[in-house]
Amino acid sequence: MNSDHHVILRVVSKMLLPIIVMFAFYTQFHGDFGPGGGFQAGIIIAVGVILYALIAGVPAAMRAVPPAFTRSLAAIGVMVYAGVGYWAMLKGGNYLEYQALFNEPPGEHHGQHIGIMVIELGVLFGVSGAMLTIFYAFAGRVAEIRDKDW
Amino acid sequence: MIEMLLSSVPQWALAHAAPLLVMVPLMLAPLLALVPSGRVAWLVSIAATAATLVFALILLGIVQSPESGGIVSYAMGNWLPPLGIELRVDALNAMILVLVGVIGLLATIMSYPTVLAEVRKEKTALFYSAFLACFAGLCGVAITGDAFNLFVFLEISSISTYVLVALGASRDRRALHAAFNYLIMGTIGATFFIIGVGFLYAATGTLNMADIASKLPALQGSRTVQAGFAFIVVGLGLKAAMWPLHQWLPNAYSYSPSFVTMFLSATATKVALYALIRFLFFVFSPTFAFEHAAFTALLMPLGIAAMVACSFQAVFQTDVRRVLAYSSVAQVGYMILGVSVGTAAGLSAGLFHLLNHAMIKGALFMAVAAVVLTYKGTNIRDFAGLGRSAPWTMTAFAIAGLSLIGVPLTAGFQSKLQLGYALFDNGWWWAVILVVFSSFLAVIYVGRILEAVFFQPPVNPRKTRKEAPIVLLVPLWILALANIYFGISTDIPLGLARDAAAAAFGLEAFR
Repeated sequence: MNSDHHVILRVVSKMLLPIIVMFAFYTQFHGDFGPGGGFQAGIIIAVGVILYALIAGVPAAMRAVPPAFTRSLAAIGVMVYAGVGYWAMLKGGNYLEYQALFNEPPGEHHGQHIGIMVIELGVLFGVSGAMLTIFYAFAGRVAEIRDKDW
Repeated sequence: MIEMLLSSVPQWALAHAAPLLVMVPLMLAPLLALVPSGRVAWLVSIAATAATLVFALILLGIVQSPESGGIVSYAMGNWLPPLGIELRVDALNAMILVLVGVIGLLATIMSYPTVLAEVRKEKTALFYSAFLACFAGLCGVAITGDAFNLFVFLEISSISTYVLVALGASRDRRALHAAFNYLIMGTIGATFFIIGVGFLYAATGTLNMADIASKLPALQGSRTVQAGFAFIVVGLGLKAAMWPLHQWLPNAYSYSPSFVTMFLSATATKVALYALIRFLFFVFSPTFAFEHAAFTALLMPLGIAAMVACSFQAVFQTDVRRVLAYSSVAQVGYMILGVSVGTAAGLSAGLFHLLNHAMIKGALFMAVAAVVLTYKGTNIRDFAGLGRSAPWTMTAFAIAGLSLIGVPLTAGFQSKLQLGYALFDNGWWWAVILVVFSSFLAVIYVGRILEAVFFQPPVNPRKTRKEAPIVLLVPLWILALANIYFGISTDIPLGLARDAAAAAFGLEAFR
């Protein structure tokens, strides 16, 4: 007999995980037209990984999404956001001025569109990376005094 | 010198100095989190702080030039204020920005040996990353013209500060407790501040500080505005370690890595105090009845209590860093006392002391960092006989210590003199007596350390001459000599402080 009594949890979560991540990207790109955006999407992606860590264990989650990767992702997210600001500045606009990204005349909105998309991408990276880093920091912490030593 | 700088930098640097000042360190901070090598992180940090200092000097130069009208305003993303976020530099925060830049650069230069000795090796690059985030946050608080943006930058700097303090744990485990304590207190302070800003937003419908200022005179009697004022004063008072909200400070300063102590003591509380001054004199106005009452009934007694009570506490400490930490709270008391006079003279005395105290405490904590590096201990007993084994470090320490007391020919004397003038002008002669009394207490607590350093035999006579490395001694002596130079020729700092006070009162600066 299989002694794994979490089999239902594992099977259900296996089915749910791709849907959770897909919903995260839906939230991300829906930010254009309505409620949504990078912050919420980043949290949802992190939730997907955290669910995996709960079902398969933290070491397995750390193999799938290494802590060094989440930390770098958070840092890259901030740099993407700040980088859009520098991009606008290089094009002669003010810092973070989307209109200047493609040197468009007023009335055209590609710069506004692309600018907010890239920035939300930076937020997605930053938030999901930071959330997972925090989760790993708590979950992966080794107790300094083992429970049985008390 | 500033004119030369202005004429030599390219046009884009002049136009975008305000955002670049914050964004260069804020962009490099996450980059350092990806760098594995501590040495590279150190060099990048030096470059970032140096760039910030250059931009701060450019902004100071533009603000001082007659054609700018004393104000640099930058619309983030070209969303015009009051709707968009405005970076706004006038004489008041140009001075603070230069101060943060100078201290940041000197602190970063001297940091490498002490960070190597006190922080775990694999964390060195991350440590510098957190430091740059803190530095960028402090610059952001000082440069922004938007009340909510100020909160965001305050949190950026505070959260990275908690991390920096906690990293002292590899030397002393109590750093974790100190950092947690600081986290709770700092978060309460930030919460109070944001509640106050919320009240102001409810009353005025705007978050731009200049815009709030233009709408408040009509709303003076509003309870909402008064409640907002109270929340903001308490919140920023907590961040600035105003007595009795200073409980987080002694532990945070004693157990954090010595480079962090040095940097924080010279900038963090100063920037919070700047934010308080910005709200007291620029957003609100001392002419409002409730603010005048707050000055005489709240800030003045608290300032005096700080300088007397905390000087007493400093006398009874046995750890040098705790002595200096309590003395810091006492010095914040002098600044609050100067601010609470409510006149341009009082404010300029407070700001002048703010500048001088940053130099004094910067030099003192730098010397302590040198001692921690070479001799490990920070107890006063551990300092015994160091005057013979590390004469250069300890002479600089002594100069800064004398300046802390307020001995003539040092910077500390000049700012206490200005404070005394301002108090006499206001008829608070008894407060002058208390200032002199607390300076006398400073003689005792600085004297105890200097006596151990120069007149007691070393604890361990076999310890031979052991000076701090040169990267530490040069910034230390720059600050120590600045204490003497600005004690003799006060033109530059006093001019900056007077212009800042004039700008805060909306007077014509830079006559």
